[in-house]
Amino acid sequence: MSLLSVRDLVVKFAMRKQTITALNQISFELARGERLGIVGESGAGKSITGFSILNLISQPGYIASGNILFEGQDMATMSAADLRTIRGNRIAMIFQDPMVTLNPVLTIGQQMVETLQAHRNLSRADAEKIAIIKLREVYIPAPEDRLKQYPHELSGGMRQRIIIAIALLLDPQLIIADEPTTALDVTIQADIMELLLDLCQSNKVSLILITHDLGVVSQMTEKTLVMYAGKIIEAGPTREIVNDPQHPYTQGLIKALPQQTAPGERLSQIPGNMPPLSDVPDGCAFHPRCEYATDLCRSTTPEIEDLGRVKVACHEVQRLNQRATPKEDSA
Amino acid sequence: MSSFVAQAQQSRWARIKGSNLVYDFMHNPVAIVSFIIFATIVIATMFSPLIAPFDPYDPTQYDIMDSELPPSWELAGDSKFLLGTDAQGRDLWSAILYGTRVSILIGICAVALQAFLGISIGLIAGYIGGRVDSLLMRLADIQLSFSTLMVAIIFLAVTQAMFGTEAFNRYALYMLIGVIGIAEWPQYARTVRATVLAEKKKEYVDAARALGFGPLRIMLRHILPNSISPIFVISTVQVANAIISEASLSFLGLGMPVSQPSLGSLISSGFDYIFSGSWWITAIPGIVLVVLVLVINLLGDWLRDVLNPKLYKG
Repeated sequence: MSLLSVRDLVVKFAMRKQTITALNQISFELARGERLGIVGESGAGKSITGFSILNLISQPGYIASGNILFEGQDMATMSAADLRTIRGNRIAMIFQDPMVTLNPVLTIGQQMVETLQAHRNLSRADAEKIAIIKLREVYIPAPEDRLKQYPHELSGGMRQRIIIAIALLLDPQLIIADEPTTALDVTIQADIMELLLDLCQSNKVSLILITHDLGVVSQMTEKTLVMYAGKIIEAGPTREIVNDPQHPYTQGLIKALPQQTAPGERLSQIPGNMPPLSDVPDGCAFHPRCEYATDLCRSTTPEIEDLGRVKVACHEVQRLNQRATPKEDSA
Repeated sequence: MSSFVAQAQQSRWARIKGSNLVYDFMHNPVAIVSFIIFATIVIATMFSPLIAPFDPYDPTQYDIMDSELPPSWELAGDSKFLLGTDAQGRDLWSAILYGTRVSILIGICAVALQAFLGISIGLIAGYIGGRVDSLLMRLADIQLSFSTLMVAIIFLAVTQAMFGTEAFNRYALYMLIGVIGIAEWPQYARTVRATVLAEKKKEYVDAARALGFGPLRIMLRHILPNSISPIFVISTVQVANAIISEASLSFLGLGMPVSQPSLGSLISSGFDYIFSGSWWITAIPGIVLVVLVLVINLLGDWLRDVLNPKLYKG
């Protein structure tokens, strides 16, 4: 049985005038110890996917239909008290900006001890011992002293490592990392990603990595979902998606990577912007920006189809495949 | 291990000494002077039974023959009575010490009650939101639309009429605390709600929820400590306000009885004699009241500037 199985998840936001569908029929599976990347532009629904797995969508959003089965239990219909026993304990979440994720008025030690005591029956001294072990695991120097420090006394990279340590405190089965390095310096980004990958592999923790960086996804994950305007448009093994993208949008994303462009040339980019979720066009949501769009694309929404290696939601994918010349491995 | 603990304590003390609050305080003469005056008043009133030469609550200790003696520096003054005596021959210095104690006690207890009610209601309204929020905030609006003094006067006058002056006088202290406390809770509730609304959108609250913390823990341990600085600031202003309210009510005869005078009832008791030349019975407690309220407000202003430098130093 897979660890997490999301089936036909629909998340809506009830706005004043209309109801916006933020996630439309999202389905995916995640096995134990597996690492999944979710990529897409801002507003594609990546973070909402992460939040809805923990059932943390707050007003005016709500889970309209679908199941989120975590070890067979449905997070979508679970009581608040049961949810709290899973959140932080069996599924942990790492947020984007380490500057604001830690509570500014509590020391690192207080926050770690509190997290442990909320889920386990531990004395303060025992909780502190575990906290120190976890801080060592994320290579925090002098962890005993850190426990007495406040978040503002630490650098961004240090804070994100502490947040990772907090996420690991209760030995969760799944970590959801929502753009964990976006707010950090480039040099620290690589360190944090490497640390996260190491810890997931050594502790056999599953990871859902939400990012807009395909380069990161290709290094970190085994499976990838590409999202666009609240839908999954391409899903499959990361290697396939990065080396041989099927959907025109994924192809555009890969082409836009700076590594794909020779020095002196302009970066290739996908023209236009993603439509706002309040105004998704008929048919394929990507058609206004797609160079291959046909009348069928403009009128009918493509269903996600299993092509063997990957699943793609595109009417033109067969025709594109016939036309396309074999690509060289580049990533 | 013990040296480790000692080091931690030392560093905590060093942290307090090195904090912005203390630094700003040491460089602000107004704050220093206000604090010294306030601390002197509070300490003097706390130890008033030791300092005061007479017990103003004990009728056997004063003599009607000593009534309306002016302060000792005046010609007719008696060196026994430093600040003179009131109409019943009570030593004014002792009465002021005891009276200030009553005033400060009422002020602090009433504000504690306000803070308790207001913070709880504000936290619930801000955190839960929606209809609960609307309901609680409309209640606050209704409460605010009655002036504190009006509510207090009506309530105290009715209870005085119902239970008689004797019973009223016995419980006057508690009733004043209750009335002033209940009448002013919306000040806290509104401020706390506003900061909760701002705080609960911050990511650390999401993170706390993602860690599986319940709403009560998030409210009390995560949001409340982050909303504490406006609460501090209002508290100082509210203590001053509560002392003034108490004095006003006592002046109107609805507060502390003359047998257990507060500053307000001392001012009130002397007011009848002001035209016969006995100015000191009203003026000296009045000055004490003004100084007390002024230093509390100055400290509050200073605290507001330090804790919220962006908003108030335009």
